[in-house]
Amino acid sequence: MKDVLRILEQDARTTPEEIAAMTGRSPQEVREIIRQAEKDRALLGYHAQVNWEKAGEEQVWALIEVKVTPQRDVGFDAIAERIFRFPEARSVYLVSGTFDLAVTVVGRTMQEVSAFVSERLAPMETVQGTVTHFLLKRYKEQGAILDGEDRPQRLPVSP
Amino acid sequence: MTERRAPGEGGGRRPTVSQRVRQIPASGIRKFFDLLASMDGVISLGVGEPDFVTPWTIREAAIYAITSGQTMYTSNYGTLELRIALARHLERRYGVSYDPHRELLITVGVSEALDLALRALLDPGDEVLLPDPCYVSYGPCAILAGGVVVPVPSSIEHDFRLLAGEVAARITPRTRALVMGFPSNPTGAVMDREDLLAIADLARRHDLLVVSDEIYDRLVYEGEHACFAALPGMQERTVLLGGFSKAYAMTGWRVGYAAAPAEIIEAMMKVHQYVTMCASTMSQAAALEALRRGDEHVEEMRREYDRRRRYMVAALNDIGLSCFNPKGAFYAFPSIRTTGLTSEAFAEQLLLEEKVAVVPGSAFGVSGEGHIRCCYATSVTEIKEALERIDRFVQRRRATFPQ
Ligand SMILES: Cc1ncc(COP(=O)(O)O)c(C=O)c1O
Repeated sequence: MKDVLRILEQDARTTPEEIAAMTGRSPQEVREIIRQAEKDRALLGYHAQVNWEKAGEEQVWALIEVKVTPQRDVGFDAIAERIFRFPEARSVYLVSGTFDLAVTVVGRTMQEVSAFVSERLAPMETVQGTVTHFLLKRYKEQGAILDGEDRPQRLPVSP
Repeated sequence: MTERRAPGEGGGRRPTVSQRVRQIPASGIRKFFDLLASMDGVISLGVGEPDFVTPWTIREAAIYAITSGQTMYTSNYGTLELRIALARHLERRYGVSYDPHRELLITVGVSEALDLALRALLDPGDEVLLPDPCYVSYGPCAILAGGVVVPVPSSIEHDFRLLAGEVAARITPRTRALVMGFPSNPTGAVMDREDLLAIADLARRHDLLVVSDEIYDRLVYEGEHACFAALPGMQERTVLLGGFSKAYAMTGWRVGYAAAPAEIIEAMMKVHQYVTMCASTMSQAAALEALRRGDEHVEEMRREYDRRRRYMVAALNDIGLSCFNPKGAFYAFPSIRTTGLTSEAFAEQLLLEEKVAVVPGSAFGVSGEGHIRCCYATSVTEIKEALERIDRFVQRRRATFPQ
């Protein structure tokens, strides 16, 4: 299964037939593996990775440190869920250190992001405090360098 | 080739270029450069190097070497640190043990190491056995060192392995050395331990020296690489050549090595010290980092090549260019006989009509005729597009060539 997922992780558009040729499996087997992985949620989706800035759309990103009071029985999970249900929250992690939840938030303007933090996040009962870091420049996301690397030129024919 | 003129003839000028250099043929690959230079939109399967950039940790180590002022010559042998790391590496991978002080030499790529080995081993007129087809440098380097080249044919019937019987049939009292390189450029063939044992037996019986170019040792996709020097009794008569270019995607760094008995390394070093002094200092720092932390990157690249290999070999066979299973390096070497074209005509017409560059098998020896070399160290997207174009081209040729 991992061989199939590795190929899809690199290029989600690779067809089952192509994956079959690359792995030595049959196309039928590849389809079955993909179906099972989707079912197990080992395969979460097939998204294009878009740099909206380059596409001419302004976006404001912020990293929010959230300090919370863990609740009896559910620990951090309940508050994490209340936060991750918001589409504005792009990722939510529980972290070790001086705060508890690391949340990335995206919006169209700074006002929009700060409104989300001050009106939705901060007022939750178990949230003790938040620190907002607006992103000034994004260099690399999910393994992709945003400005792109210059592809060095190879000689077209070499021994 | 330049025309030979006798001294005094045609204005009294003797040939400018030496007889020895005139004797070596121009590379069959070169002429494609000129054709290609004038074309746009070409997909090249004609390369002989990785498409990956050197892993960052290795590049970063070289940057550090420069900023910290490692800008002087190193020992002629290469830095001791690198040689010690290399000795450990060879011991760990193949169980061969080389003394880092006397039996290892860091060179400007396997290219230089090959030249040094042949210069150190050959006397004028000594015969050198080479697999045919083989890497383009073996023959010319042997000739430049005064040797006489004796090609040993190989074919698709035996997956382009070097057969001991074919080698034996060409051994004469003048045979001094066998130069071979497996996994092979251009065929992708590998030799397993059994195949090599048969060669080792000949080497022992006929007192041959073996120069074993194992630059593709890390790019093996089925089975394990068998190191020739690790076979019983072979270390004492083997010059093991290895490098960083292919496994670590470091072709531009120009660093490689030779491992051999002290007497041979000493002789090679003698030539090396006068010709190049030492391999580039920064590149040696990079090579050290490659040995220290490169393994995971090698494995990642190997896995990627393997996917492309399977894809390309399956597609070539589908097109009807029958291709044996190449288990190493990053080349497929399909037969093009069903098109009725020579390798050179095939490569040239394919380039002109469909803008795909491949290398004619004949550039690697007469036994390469009827084949083309397709390198799969290129993105799957490009491989896909290239194979569609090759398919169109082959279908057109088939339509006019009676089977
Ligand atoms: C079989 C073989 N040997 C040696 C070399 C040269 O390697 P290096 O870059 O270490 O000089 C190559 C490069 O194409 C090769 O394919």
